[in-house]
Order: sequence, then structure tokens, then C-alpha cells
Amino acid sequence: MKYDAIIIGAGMSGLAAGIRLAMFDKRVVVLEKHYVWGGLNSFYQFKGRQFDVGLHAMTNYIPRGAKGRPLTRLLKQLRLRHEDLDLHEQNYSLISFPSAKLRFTNDFSVLRDEVRREFPAQRDAFDNLTRAIADFNELDLSAPRQSAREVVRRFVTEPLLEDMLFCPLTFYGSAIEHDMDWDQFVVMWKSIYMEGFARPTKGVRHVLTLLTNRYRELGGELRLRAGVKRIVSRTGEAVGVELENSEVLEADCVLSSAGFVESMKLLEPTASAVGCMPMRTGNPTADAVGLNGHIGRLSFTESISVLNPGAMPTDATIIFFSNRDRFEYRCPDELVDVDSGVICMPQNFRLDEPIAPMVRVTNIANHAKWCALRRDDGVDSSVNVPADWGQGLGARDQGSGSNPQSPIPNPLGNDAYTAAKQACYERSINAITPRHLADFRPQVSMIDMFTPRTIEHYTGHLGGAVYGSPVKRRTGETPVKNLYVMGTDQGFLGIIGAALSGISMANKWVLQRDGVLTERDA
Amino acid sequence: MQDSEIKQAIISIIGDIAPDEDTSNLKPDVRLREQIDLDSMDFLDIVMELRKQYGVNVPDTDYMQLATLDSCVNYLRPKMQGKTLKV
Repeated sequence: MKYDAIIIGAGMSGLAAGIRLAMFDKRVVVLEKHYVWGGLNSFYQFKGRQFDVGLHAMTNYIPRGAKGRPLTRLLKQLRLRHEDLDLHEQNYSLISFPSAKLRFTNDFSVLRDEVRREFPAQRDAFDNLTRAIADFNELDLSAPRQSAREVVRRFVTEPLLEDMLFCPLTFYGSAIEHDMDWDQFVVMWKSIYMEGFARPTKGVRHVLTLLTNRYRELGGELRLRAGVKRIVSRTGEAVGVELENSEVLEADCVLSSAGFVESMKLLEPTASAVGCMPMRTGNPTADAVGLNGHIGRLSFTESISVLNPGAMPTDATIIFFSNRDRFEYRCPDELVDVDSGVICMPQNFRLDEPIAPMVRVTNIANHAKWCALRRDDGVDSSVNVPADWGQGLGARDQGSGSNPQSPIPNPLGNDAYTAAKQACYERSINAITPRHLADFRPQVSMIDMFTPRTIEHYTGHLGGAVYGSPVKRRTGETPVKNLYVMGTDQGFLGIIGAALSGISMANKWVLQRDGVLTERDA
Repeated sequence: MQDSEIKQAIISIIGDIAPDEDTSNLKPDVRLREQIDLDSMDFLDIVMELRKQYGVNVPDTDYMQLATLDSCVNYLRPKMQGKTLKV
């Protein structure tokens, strides 16, 4: 059987694209190399507790009935009701720098008032910037690329305010060091400052259950542990994939959420040598360095502390912090930069039922440094931790039959990698407490941590680059016909953004092109 | 299919696409876009559902014919002839 479309990756974009295609009776299969769906936004169980891999909050929150926003577009395209998402709003979030603090909520006027209080001289600048953002059409994909830093500096002349405004937006979605594309900045500004944060009580699991159920109800096929060994192409045209188990699947179209470089690497060597290299992106810097320039440099560690019931080191939902007034969003020279980051307290959303309190700290980390550390498998596997975890791009990366639901290396191990995790966890917590929230260390009941190696393994993104390539491909097109990228490397981020990316790529490259509207029935 | 049924078919499709919207009081002569939150992606869905449910093809040059409920009925009347309402 030949599929209308093969989708690589059962993350948010892959599942959303799958739903769209199954909805209109396309023959579609979603291939996921792991045992479990979700990709960058997956979940796992560790010591009997449920954890989300990536999710702090869903952005783009709007109440039911608000019109023309990304969330409403997503709901309609997937035929979901607002209440299906079980969204609960944040208390408030904080941008916390040594010399100033800005609070924001899902009501934009709170941020505006805070800026006026902390930066009275910048009030007009902020209002003008706000207006420029409101007037900019971020959906116009033909707009020329501009540096967001440069645009913002035309309005905001106080560097501290500039850095504070950038801090949450870069942490939640910039694949570019110390900057963003202006259109991406506008997308993030609207989704975080003007719309806002919310969360389902059960976290990302809830969203994924909703999507996988909808996909299956519509008759879509989802294959887990179905890693793609290569994308099969003939004369510069993708015609299917070969799986790790050597099974070949044919299709008219391949939609890949594996990332742009990652997808190119899945093409047969001949195809890439003849037709695809060097990649032309239109970006001179990226073109000069070839594919390597497409690999993102921003990866992260996530230090998770589960606290005793009732512990409340802060009532803030999310704190974006920098311990230096000049905020640096760059790959650090050392393992991790603990002096800036994001602190998330998922229990501080306005949930209907209490969840176990925890503190999640995200710090920028150096993938290469983490990969250079020796990791002793014997130690880890003896305590029910899968041997295939955190191995970078090694041969065993595709899984070796161990349980992916408890993917976190043993914190008691004695190899260099595990020791570095322990040290970085300590440093990460020391850097935030009591500066940004009350010292919670006496109340910690359980610790978990993951690193760029974990992320690379889980997402397949080279370099553990959470936000993918710094060079986005807005139309999804690649040098190979019928192969399209979606998700992170198409340029839309976050749960809502990634799902919308999958939807728009499925609409554009399968449903619309496929003669749903024209030739077939004409 | 009678005019009232064509109208019902369209309203039912809109109800599927936008389950959060109240479709019970749509005015037949006012643009659908002005009454409920529909963008071009949603019109694509209306067209695809018409094809899926009734085998009716609407070329993209005719999209503007779907602006109001009345214009939908006028445009679809010949195409929906002899079809049975599915709601």
C-alpha cells in the first residue's frame, strides 16, 4: 500500500498534521522512534511520579470566545472545544534581574504598569514598541528577516529593559544566540505577554491524550518504536522511508518533524551529494558554513526538585531570571550557565486539584561539554535505568529494549557524567535561592535532572538544540521534492505553535495541493 | 435537497468545525465571517466537508460564493440536487 503521507515524529506537529490528514480520509502513518509519543513535549514516569519532559506552560492562552488568535485557530482545525484542553491560568510570572523586577500576568496592562513603575523614562518607548508589534503581521512569511534586537533598540533605549523583555521570549523559543528573528519575537511577544500562560491539570499528558485519541478515532495509524533509517528518494523526489527494521514504506509525501539537518541526513548519501549539498538557505552566513550552520547551539539542562506536600517557596508561576543585569542568551563555555534561567512551579497555576509541588529550573547548557563526559553504563543499568539513555548519537541510540518510561540516569552513579549532573544541580539551585524564591532545599523529596544529551536522545535534535536550527524554513520546503519539514525547524514553537505548524504544512502540502479542491473531482 | 436542508447542512458543518461557536442564530444575509470566527483555513474545511459528505466540489475560484448562508444556498442548490442531508 502506498500512503498519501508519511509523518516522521509523533510530537505536537506530527500528531496535529496526522489529525488533519486522517480527518479528510488520507492514508497516513505517523512514525515515532520512541515507545512513547510527544517528542520534545513528552512525559515519563520516575519513581512512581509523572513528569513532563519539556512543558512548563502552554503559551497563547486566551479565554473561550476570543477571536482570530492562534489558540482558536488550532481548536477549529482540530475540531476541539476550548474546555477540552482543561486550561488553568497562571498566578503571575516574574522577570527578575538584580536591578529590577517586572511582573506579568495574562492581562497585558499589568506588564505595562510594571514597566512604567520600574522604567518611567521608557514609558513612551514601551508603548510605541507595543504598537509596532500589534501592527506587524507575523503571518506574512515573505517579510524580510530582521534582527529583533535591532528593531527593539529603535524604541527601547534602556539596555536593562531591553534585556528583561527579551529574557522570557528567548528562553521560551529562540534558536538564535542572543537574538531572535523579529517576526519570531512578535509571535512570542503576543503569545506570552499579550495572551499568556496556562496549563492543563495533568500537564502535557492531557494534551497528548487528546491528540492521539482524536487521531486514532479518525482512523490514523500511529507506529511507535518505528525509527526511520533513511528517507528514500528517487531523482530528487522523496518517495518513502525505510524503517530501522528495514521495512520500506512508500508515500506521495513525507512530512518530517525530525529537524531540517536531521532530515537531510536521513536522505541517502547519493541524493544529498548530488542534489542537496551545499544547502542554500538565502542566509549568507549559513550558506558559507554549510549544514553545520543549521545546527542550533542552544541546549539546556532541566533540574527538577519535587517538594514535600504543602511546600511553597513562592506563589509565582514562572520566574525568568538573570543574576547579571546584562543578560546573555548564549551557549556557555562551561557545562551550564547557572546565572540565568527559568524557574517554573507547575503547582502555581490555578488548578482545580492540587498537584505535587515542584521547582523546575532550566539553564542554558553546552552540549559538547556534556557529551565529552564519560558515562558508565553498568552503574546506571543496575538500578533500573535504561542503558540507551543519554548516549548521544551512539549506535544504541534507537533503543535497546529497555524501558523508556524511566529515562533518567541514576543520580547516585559515580561516573563523570553523573557527577557533573550532581554538581550542576547544586550550582543551579544555589544560584536561585534565596535570590528569586525562598530556600526550598530542606523540603526536597526527590530530584531529577536532564541534560543536552538527554534532549538529543529524546528529540533527535542534533546538539540537543531544543529550538532547532537557527535558520527556519517557513514554507517547509526542502531541496528534495515532496519532503517538507514541520515543527521546530519550520519556525513555530511551543505546543500551540508546533501543532499549528503541523496543521499548516498538512493543509498546504497535502490537502490543498492534492486536488482536494480542484482537479480530482473537476 | 431543499433550500432549508442545504442551509442546515452548512450550519452543521460549521458546528463541527467550530464547536465553541453558537450557530443557532446565524443571519442568512450577513457574512458568516462577521458573525462567527472563521478564517480562510476554516472555509477550506467547509469546502472539504462538502466534498467528503456530499461529493460536491467547490473550486477555489468560487469560495466567495460561500460568504453568507443565502449565497451558499444559491450556489449549492444545483450541486446538492438529489443529495440526502447528513447531519
